[in-house]
Amino acid sequence: MAITFNVNGEPREVDVDPNTPLLWVLRDELGLTGTKFGCGVAQCGACTVFVDGMPQRSCVTPVELINGSDITTIEGVEGPEASAIQKAWVEIDVPQCGYCQSGQIMSAVALLRDISDPTDEDIDGAMTGNICRCATYVRIRQAIKNAAAELKG
Amino acid sequence: MLKSVIEADRRTVLRGAAATGAGLVLAMVLPMRARAQSGAAAVIKGGATDTAFAPNAFVRVAPDSTVTVLVKHIEFGQGPLTGLTTLVAEEMDADWSQMRGELAPANTALYKNLAFGIQGTGGSTAMANSYEQMRKAGAAARAMLVAAAAETWQVPAEEITIEAGIISHKVSNKTGKFGDFADAASKRSPPAEPSLKSPSDFKLIGTDRPKLDTQDKATGKAVFTMDATRPDMLTVVIARPPLFGAKVKSVDDTDARKIKGVVDVKKIPQGVAVYAKGFWPAKTARDVLKIEWDETGAETRSTDEIVADYKKKAATVGRVVRKEGDAEKALPENAKTLQAEYVFPFLSQAPMEPLDFLIEADASGGEAWAGTQMQTVDQAVAAQILGCRPEELKLNTMMAGGSFGRRATPNADVASEAAEAAKALGRKKPIKLVFTREDDLHAGYYRPLYVHRLKGAVDQAGNIALWDQVIVGQSIIEGTPFAAQMKDGIDPTVAEGSEDIPYQIGNLRISTHQTKLAIPPLWWRSVGHTHNAYVVETFLDELLAMANKDPVEGRLELIGEKNPRHAGVLRAVAELAGWGAAVPEGRARGVALHKSFNTYVAQVAEVSVGKDKLPRVHKVWCAVDCGVAVNPNVIRAQMEGGIGYGLGHTLYAEITLDKGRVVQTNFDTYRSLRINEMPDVEVTIIKSDEAPTGVGEPGTPPISPAVANAWRKLTGTPVRHLPFTRHVQS
Ligand code: FES
Ligand code: FES
Repeated sequence: MAITFNVNGEPREVDVDPNTPLLWVLRDELGLTGTKFGCGVAQCGACTVFVDGMPQRSCVTPVELINGSDITTIEGVEGPEASAIQKAWVEIDVPQCGYCQSGQIMSAVALLRDISDPTDEDIDGAMTGNICRCATYVRIRQAIKNAAAELKG
Repeated sequence: MLKSVIEADRRTVLRGAAATGAGLVLAMVLPMRARAQSGAAAVIKGGATDTAFAPNAFVRVAPDSTVTVLVKHIEFGQGPLTGLTTLVAEEMDADWSQMRGELAPANTALYKNLAFGIQGTGGSTAMANSYEQMRKAGAAARAMLVAAAAETWQVPAEEITIEAGIISHKVSNKTGKFGDFADAASKRSPPAEPSLKSPSDFKLIGTDRPKLDTQDKATGKAVFTMDATRPDMLTVVIARPPLFGAKVKSVDDTDARKIKGVVDVKKIPQGVAVYAKGFWPAKTARDVLKIEWDETGAETRSTDEIVADYKKKAATVGRVVRKEGDAEKALPENAKTLQAEYVFPFLSQAPMEPLDFLIEADASGGEAWAGTQMQTVDQAVAAQILGCRPEELKLNTMMAGGSFGRRATPNADVASEAAEAAKALGRKKPIKLVFTREDDLHAGYYRPLYVHRLKGAVDQAGNIALWDQVIVGQSIIEGTPFAAQMKDGIDPTVAEGSEDIPYQIGNLRISTHQTKLAIPPLWWRSVGHTHNAYVVETFLDELLAMANKDPVEGRLELIGEKNPRHAGVLRAVAELAGWGAAVPEGRARGVALHKSFNTYVAQVAEVSVGKDKLPRVHKVWCAVDCGVAVNPNVIRAQMEGGIGYGLGHTLYAEITLDKGRVVQTNFDTYRSLRINEMPDVEVTIIKSDEAPTGVGEPGTPPISPAVANAWRKLTGTPVRHLPFTRHVQS
């Protein structure tokens, strides 16, 4: 069954088992490997993408459910929040192994789009679904605060 | 273009290398460089290189003056890509902006770990074993560039200086860049003993350095094995035995083969391999295989039965690994005694990137891509399965999404499964083996389960009169190529961290019982120090409390003059934390001190009782002495990460068996630390001129006992069976 949707602004069509998770469509069919596989059961957040602007775990999102949707992945995320987040991430060297970081960044961008000046509790709320086995959490928190401060100007 | 394809073609690369006349060294594909040049998301391309000057196996100077360092240690976040590149840059007097780092492929002769004799990363040795070697590589390159400039300009070499990558001769007012002299330098022979800078002249070493791999990792561009593909590649997912030691009896793959995208199903020695176009069909088909298993001789016990067996063993003295005075001597009158039994669960490393290995085999060998922590072993084992010599299977080192020890198995479990799968398919297509998270947690290679039993005593004067410790658990290296490190059959990893206890105790005995199980054991971030630091530092804390001594003062007394670096970090952390000052209501502080891999770390944890009745760790102060601090930024990051990793497992994680079957399946049941559970961390680094030692592991051991000591102060309960979650339930 052909399923169509936009990825990072480009129209795409795939012909796969409709149950296939969006994650594997992005990675194996479309070659967009920035979105990562960490658990496959919505526990780690490594596979976070935006579906019509909302952060979602692509590993448990059957591709048939996103027919007609707009998908944004780490390769295409942009805008003031994304720039501020990525800049803050680089400035204080958040990543260690780096494998979880696409997902962390997508969740952090979504947070700042929602709440421009997040408290520690807001950060906990938005980021608790993203595991970092390297435990870069101290710097993730700091980078989000730095990005928020930069956006405030 | 978005399709991620590794376009490296072995033959083209070899031809290209031959054409440049640079011989074997250049024949090694430099995937990271090519990607950086192409700028495309996940395209890895080997081959063409613009090296103009290659003074040794580690340094490449391009005509545009960029310097690329071939880094022999895998990068999984601990920072060698940046660290080793810094060492070369320092001695070359290069500008940081001209430096690049690339992971070196498997080549034991060129890239062995000088501490191991094989190519591999572990034991926090990356910086320690490379410090001189990489500095010499840089110094040699510098000397050759200087000589080339001297000859070109017809001036004495001694009058030439280099600053931030600019070569100058002040008297004649001449300047140039590395690239300008690359050709001329490449015609000179390297100096026999290049002279090294004095540490007081260091410009880059010792200052915060941004990491070379951060930009790619913050934009989704970093390419891991999971992201690599080859034309026509198939994904392989394997069905493995549900019990350790079981084997395939029969397979019915009818339903599996019906799934669209499935190409083949093969029995391999480790289980049943499903080959498909993509992960999803491979995994879905694997899950519907009907397999009958032969469970003869398999491990069918539950964890509780193993613990009970270990406890029985712990009641008797084992083989003595350290002895002071007489532990059997009658105790002084009115001595207070303390007996304790500790249980440490199996732990899985669970690196964020599930295990994977890409292999493209052909008649004469082939090529492989993997985040391998032991290139020499993975290459040799895979080559043997494929029936070729190691050098005929070119192995490219990929960035790895974490490891914590898991990508360094003495039997190359992942590489050998991939090689078997490639062979079973008749080497027809490239294959990428992918583990699911469940596969990872069920595969074994755990931090072994250990039981410790201790007897201690404090005399009337408050001195520790006895320390008698028995350790029971699996040897990690027995029966592996690493067994050469064993003396008289004693595996040093079992008691490491207890056996070298830094406290002076008159009557002390430490003994071990090494056990064997069908469950494969492995190192796990800081290896034996995980459980030994916990036992030593919590048991000591209890004895000091019985003696009415302050945890910091009491430790310092027992260290005496003998271990100044231990004392140094302990004093530093006490000062950083303001030890002894009032602590907010409802909170308590605990301290712990531990040396591992020649790095000294002391930590203070401030803890309260959380909503879930588990420790809520608010803040951790950490002092570290790792000799020369090459990159303080990376050292702080490794302390933060080591603390988070240790804390998460101590509080929440264990692998248990129910009649031989692993109970935990994924991060829902093998719980990981999350951001809301992460304490604030403040790190101080001791200034030192000692040779640098590692930081990837030593941050982990002290956190668990520091938290446990705070928890005991807070609640009165010593926790001796990890993880902490057990104590909420019972
Ligand atoms: S891979 Fe989707 S949440 Fe872990
Ligand atoms: S940086 Fe390694 S898992 Fe987050």
